[in-house]
Amino acid sequence: MSATGTAAGPGLRRQPGRRRRADDVAGLGRVRAGLFVAPALALIGLFLVFPAVWTIYLGMTDYRLTGLAAANPEFVGLDNFATALGDDEFWHSLWLTLIFVLVSGVIGQTLLGFSVAWALRRVRGWVKSVIETLVLAAWVVPASVASFLWLALLDRRTGTLNALLGTEGTAWLIEYPMVAIIVFNVWVGTAFSMLLFSSALAAVPPSQLESARMVGAGSWQQLRDVVLPNIRGHILTNTLLITLWTFNTFTPYLLTAGGPRDESAILAVYIYTTAIPGGQLGMGAAISLIMLLINLVIALGYLRVARAASGGRR
Amino acid sequence: MSAPPPSLGRRMVRHYLSRVLFVVAMGLVLVFFALPMLWLVTAPFDADPSLTVGWPDWTLANFAQLAENRYALGSLRNSLILGVGTMVLVLALGSLAAYALSRVRIPGRDGLLYALLLLSSIVTGTAAMVPTFQLMTQIGLINTQIGVILVLAGGVLPTVVFILKDFMDSIPKSYEESARLYGASPLQILTHVVVPTARPGLAFVAVWTVVQVWGNFLVPFLLLRTPESQPAAVLMYTFYTEGGQPDLRLLSAFSLVFSVPVIAMYFLVNRRYGFRFHGGIKS
Repeated sequence: MSATGTAAGPGLRRQPGRRRRADDVAGLGRVRAGLFVAPALALIGLFLVFPAVWTIYLGMTDYRLTGLAAANPEFVGLDNFATALGDDEFWHSLWLTLIFVLVSGVIGQTLLGFSVAWALRRVRGWVKSVIETLVLAAWVVPASVASFLWLALLDRRTGTLNALLGTEGTAWLIEYPMVAIIVFNVWVGTAFSMLLFSSALAAVPPSQLESARMVGAGSWQQLRDVVLPNIRGHILTNTLLITLWTFNTFTPYLLTAGGPRDESAILAVYIYTTAIPGGQLGMGAAISLIMLLINLVIALGYLRVARAASGGRR
Repeated sequence: MSAPPPSLGRRMVRHYLSRVLFVVAMGLVLVFFALPMLWLVTAPFDADPSLTVGWPDWTLANFAQLAENRYALGSLRNSLILGVGTMVLVLALGSLAAYALSRVRIPGRDGLLYALLLLSSIVTGTAAMVPTFQLMTQIGLINTQIGVILVLAGGVLPTVVFILKDFMDSIPKSYEESARLYGASPLQILTHVVVPTARPGLAFVAVWTVVQVWGNFLVPFLLLRTPESQPAAVLMYTFYTEGGQPDLRLLSAFSLVFSVPVIAMYFLVNRRYGFRFHGGIKS
């Protein structure tokens, strides 16, 4: 199970001393290699790194989309951050985001994805492929189509859900906006967890499961004592990616546009409505920076846990 | 070990119960995922579609509406331009960079790769939307397809380089050695030896990029302000948020035509290459 076995295979491993020359078979050399890498780095630098860094500056100005402050923005220091942190709307939005990430991402998608993968692990044939195809299709369909499908399903007057449940006239998106975007996000995103966990479950050594069964462990005990310890790394990675994706998703905007009255304005939507229709670019950038920092904390926290976990295993 | 084995009768009851539970649970999952999708497969073929799912009154006339709408076909063309443009740019720059990173030990290479990958997952379109909008306005690329292509390419490149380097690491180096013996330059080796050998990897990345761009809503929504230049993802949203009753015949047919290419590409990739997970996990 060596990590380096992918490229050359065990038979072709080279001496460490000759490694550099043997690797560079095309005779690139460092300078030309640098030239090969440069265009990609330039593009990433300009359109990915630069906007991130510029957020810091923009967040300290009173930049607006229109009007006087659009022509010559003034440097206002940390005012925007102070305003944001003192604003109830910001905290409300952050709170909604937290609920959204926890319930729809960490709990909903992960649990449902794992359960489906677990339930189907020994099933073959059409049941498995029908369910997997449907779950995948929900993930693959473009976001704006998926949102309209849900708008149609939940429509007040002629929606299919009201027709099925006999709850005519219930405006789901207005009465329960958070529940709606949470369920919607579970529907969209479960596929990833399902795929990841089904490949993780396939990699659990059958011999361990076999011996657990020999000593009389039920499926619940097998799950707890054999499967979960084996797929710990996958659970961690899945949780990180799901958390980041759910935290940053803008798609709920297509369903509720943050409404009614900001009741479903998660952070991504809040930034958009503040910055572009609201015209307060500086303020939007300040909240973006807070969002970037939260992202960074999530990613670093994950790296820490991952390192501790792999250190413990070795 | 010590517990006495349960009696045969109780074991059968438990077995039966768990079967029932399994069927009920899978049935619920099936309904949950299929219910919203039903509209997409019935309404486009219904002569008079409503929002309620029902057995369609079969027709193909709705698809003729697409040609009559001023923006529908144009927006699909725009999506194609954005998807293919981003893909070409990303493949060209990505394979150059991935090849150099795979064959030459540039100092700090692994750190750089991981930092970029981390960055690309942290700096999402959402968190950087204000500066991106600002940057494009300043350099005069707002409202242009090329602007959108550049932003999208910057966002997916770190992942692409990461995946491609993985593929190129696994190409045997003896081909390149013999090409070099015959006097080929590094660029010739890349285009004539490495690219043909890495074709499955390139195909995977190409499809993955097109799927990403095809469905992307936020970046074109932010940067393209005229209906003539907007891709299908944005037009779709315009269709159902514009004032008045949305034209469901147009909308349903458009949704289906817009969705089918990505669904098809996805399942094609899944069948040919299987799912590979990247970014620290290799199962």
